[in-house]
Amino acid sequence: MLLVVEQFLNGLQFGLLLFLLAAGLTLVFGIMDFVNLAHGSLYMMGAYFAATFVAWTGSFILGVVLALGATLLLGIVLEFVALRHLYGRDHLDHVLATFGLILFFNDAVRLIWGPAGLALPLPAWLTVPVPILPGVHYPAYRLAIIVVALVVALLLYIVVMRTRLGMLIRAGASNREMIGALGINIKLLYTLVFGLGAALAGLAGMMQAPILTVQIGMGENILILAFVIIVIGGIGSIRGAFLAAIFVGMIDTLGRAFLPDLLRKILSSAAASTAAPALSSMLIYLLMAIVLVARPEGLFPANRR
Amino acid sequence: MKALFNVRNAVAVLIVAGLLLLPLYTSLSGNLFALTLFTRIVIFALAAASLNLIMGYGGMMSFGHAAYLGIGGYAVGILAAEGIGSGFFQIPVALLASALFALVIGALSLRTRGVYFIMITLAFAQMAYYVASGLARYGGDDGLTIYKRSDFGGLINLSNRVQFYYLCLACLFGGLYLIWRVVNSRFGMVVQGLRSNEARMQAIGFPATRYRLACFVIAGTICGLAGALLANNTDFVSPAVMYWTRSGDLMVMVILGGMGSLFGPVIGAIVYLLLEEFLSQVTEYWAMILGPLLLLIVLFGRGGIDGLLGRLSRG
Repeated sequence: MLLVVEQFLNGLQFGLLLFLLAAGLTLVFGIMDFVNLAHGSLYMMGAYFAATFVAWTGSFILGVVLALGATLLLGIVLEFVALRHLYGRDHLDHVLATFGLILFFNDAVRLIWGPAGLALPLPAWLTVPVPILPGVHYPAYRLAIIVVALVVALLLYIVVMRTRLGMLIRAGASNREMIGALGINIKLLYTLVFGLGAALAGLAGMMQAPILTVQIGMGENILILAFVIIVIGGIGSIRGAFLAAIFVGMIDTLGRAFLPDLLRKILSSAAASTAAPALSSMLIYLLMAIVLVARPEGLFPANRR
Repeated sequence: MKALFNVRNAVAVLIVAGLLLLPLYTSLSGNLFALTLFTRIVIFALAAASLNLIMGYGGMMSFGHAAYLGIGGYAVGILAAEGIGSGFFQIPVALLASALFALVIGALSLRTRGVYFIMITLAFAQMAYYVASGLARYGGDDGLTIYKRSDFGGLINLSNRVQFYYLCLACLFGGLYLIWRVVNSRFGMVVQGLRSNEARMQAIGFPATRYRLACFVIAGTICGLAGALLANNTDFVSPAVMYWTRSGDLMVMVILGGMGSLFGPVIGAIVYLLLEEFLSQVTEYWAMILGPLLLLIVLFGRGGIDGLLGRLSRG
């Protein structure tokens, strides 16, 4: 029972983290029609910035805030220098250009921070176990991730659905020319949205960093997961991304936790322990294949087209 | 009327001649490394050419093409590990396995379009990657060493570098010829028509998905052959050949060389792999140069190298 609750919360936490990553991706795709493979690099850069700034300032909170600003700035610079020239081009051009950016960022990180990974140590007040149910304790940090991600998701919803900026973003998504003709600086708007997406990716990276190590290529596997999420959820739909992220996070975590034991009932123990990780990794892709075959536009297609 | 003598054709002839004469150069100069490098290049050129068939001519942006490299490779590796060393058995199995995989994932993926197609092919390739990682009997994550290359009796000896090189080259030219015949057949015209205007082709009465699927399977099968050769070349096969960045490499080769041109992917593979080799000798951080270079090519070089040659040809 204890294990089930704990794994359930782990799944929720991983799902919310994936949502932060997928939200930026789906915003950028939904609004600018831009496929950004380098989104995982921004996730990685967020983690590296956080590890550096936390070590530099000696304060976890201050370091994370600085890193968030740095990732936002990096996203804006990236959009301004290179990516804005690719809007309206073929998706294949986006894939190729951002593939080049991944190569660049991986080696740039290797040059600046070295090939060995970094650690992002947690302050003492985040490492204590918190009692959530009588007799059930859960690490404070993971709980903090859940809270922060939920707050960010709520803020994102409020910004996009309830503010003037969000109205402009949604208007820009449905008709770029019209909103430009109404006197809105659409280029600035796009740069802002890209920066917002970058900051969300960076936030996901720096929150994941204390749990795993900060290393080169950390953004690549998780980027594919984020793509799976936005495809399952329906590209451009934040609500779809949210639900799909929780779903994928749960399946991945619960699969990893319970599949080995389940398989052991049918297979020999050695075969089960090797097949289980592969099978639980496959589960998500299998899910995506099933969704796409049944609903080629995803579960919650954005209703703008 | 197209002029026969132009820059584009001259470059193609030069490359073919260069590839044919390369072993002569290496035996004269003793530079065996060049032969090893070019064997790899020729194999990747075959893989890139097969991707070009679906991407350039068919308009199907597959981001999972490296899966066939792995499937062809594992067919050779697993059979060799089980003691079946005959190439006459290994290669057909590699081709058949790739074709079957392409048939299944193609039938599912082709229900989607555009960016969804890119993503679903990517997802299937990642699935294949995880399956290979889970093959504990055949090395799992660490990969599988092939102790003996495919055995073709007395016909050809794959352990002889020159013979193996010419075998790979023959496969490349054979593959290109096949692709050329496919593209210029009625079938190829239909597939290209579907790329330009699917609604119109369907209105004429062509079953879109069936044509696309056939094309997808042909491309996958050719790439499976490249995979079988690649495994023989490295004497090793591991899940890493199916990783999504490998698929990205193949896409880069095709686009760099020029999509939808028969010879473009060959040029792309040569330039990309030589650039990688050259830059990695200059600096350890070669990808820092290659990455922005790709970005520049996308921003300014439409149509890839072949497009550039085409513009030169017209003067």
